[in-house]
Amino acid sequence: MSLAAQPAPAPASQGTDALVVMNGVNKHYGALHVLKDINLNIQRGEVVVVIGPSGSGKSTLCRTINRLESIEGGTITLDGRPLPSEGKELARLRAEVGMVFQSFNLFAHKTILENVTLGPIKVRGVKKADAEKRGRELLERVGVGAQADKLPAQLSGGQQQRAAIARALAMEPKVLLFDEPTSALDPEMVNEVLEVMKELAASGMTMVVVTHEMGFARSAANRVIFMDGGSIVESADPETFFARPTSERARDFLSKIIAH
Amino acid sequence: MSTIINNLGILWSGFAMTLALVAVSSVAALVLGTILATFRVSPVPILRTASTTYVEVIRNIPSTVIFFFALFALPQVDLQLDFFAAAVTALSVYYAAFFCEAVRSGINAVAVGQLEAARAVGMTFGMSLRLIVLPQAWRSVIPPLINVFIALVKTSAIASAFGVAEMLNVMERLINTDATAVLPILFTTAVLYLAITLTAGLAAGRLERKVAVSR
Repeated sequence: MSLAAQPAPAPASQGTDALVVMNGVNKHYGALHVLKDINLNIQRGEVVVVIGPSGSGKSTLCRTINRLESIEGGTITLDGRPLPSEGKELARLRAEVGMVFQSFNLFAHKTILENVTLGPIKVRGVKKADAEKRGRELLERVGVGAQADKLPAQLSGGQQQRAAIARALAMEPKVLLFDEPTSALDPEMVNEVLEVMKELAASGMTMVVVTHEMGFARSAANRVIFMDGGSIVESADPETFFARPTSERARDFLSKIIAH
Repeated sequence: MSTIINNLGILWSGFAMTLALVAVSSVAALVLGTILATFRVSPVPILRTASTTYVEVIRNIPSTVIFFFALFALPQVDLQLDFFAAAVTALSVYYAAFFCEAVRSGINAVAVGQLEAARAVGMTFGMSLRLIVLPQAWRSVIPPLINVFIALVKTSAIASAFGVAEMLNVMERLINTDATAVLPILFTTAVLYLAITLTAGLAAGRLERKVAVSR
């Protein structure tokens, strides 16, 4: 047996095709410890749904991945590179991480099409005509092609959120983050957004989804993460998690939301 | 009345001078004020401190003192300006402080999610301000911006005392040549100032209605 034939031991974080690796991540808001020693590997193509009660740190966790929230301890790497702390490097990283917000946050003074093309044109340097062609395709894909020339305020919440998903997709991100994407929507508009997300999940997009939509977690997630008090309490495939949650806290949470 | 008609040319030249003074100064003050406002919201502490100090010092001094500085202090540091340039400098420096505060309140009124969304698509802080935050900030503060503009128009009359042949200066000269025509001259002067300020107010109202839907 020759030494050369032996494969080098892979670093733990690269043992599989990990795209996002969080290692011992800690964050405080003053005295409040919002993220406690978070360790999380997200594989390429994986759909991770993060659930948990309000204040459990799930939105914060999601926002640390594109550094909208800074962290105080630990490391986060994207595609093997650590997150830069500020400046142009950070902007470049954020261009590779799409984000969909609870309150849509479409640029209020720009048309829907401009919302989708601004990033590619200004950040990526794509030609305007090419960006518009691609933008219209994406808007068609999420079902708001007819609204391309309207302003965000003229659209329904569901349409705005679908346009926001198209805006994130236009940057061709490696991973898409969803921070409670349906929580600000009227009930009848939740499904149209979830449908788009399911389709994305099926297309192989790597997604981190913070949500209260258990139906989406069951049907689209590869893995469910349950957070409470700033820690990841449980991490399992959806079938296992919903059928046999191991922690008391998760059982309690599920009994409260599924009873109604 | 004949004094007015006989002196239409000189009145017009005064009016044109005021317009030029106001146009150049208001653009310069708005640009400088906007830069100061972005400093005040920037993540860099020294920029915030510098800009806050500027605003608190400048806006709390009478404008006439700023005019004196422009005319008498700048030459001391070998910066010799003609009267017009000195007046423009004084008006711009003074009103930049007020424009800064108006624009800053506009920046604060833009939802924080707009900046987050801009940063999330990979824009730098500067790009986010320029492309997303400032355009919305200006729209939300059109009325206070016009207030500052109107104050600037009126303060431009101080330049008459510093050798700029603008409207008030022309008015004084006309009164000196024909003291019997004081009332028509005063009246005409007031109307000409109103022509500038009221037009600005009307234009602002229109602009506000036009952009109302997009915020």
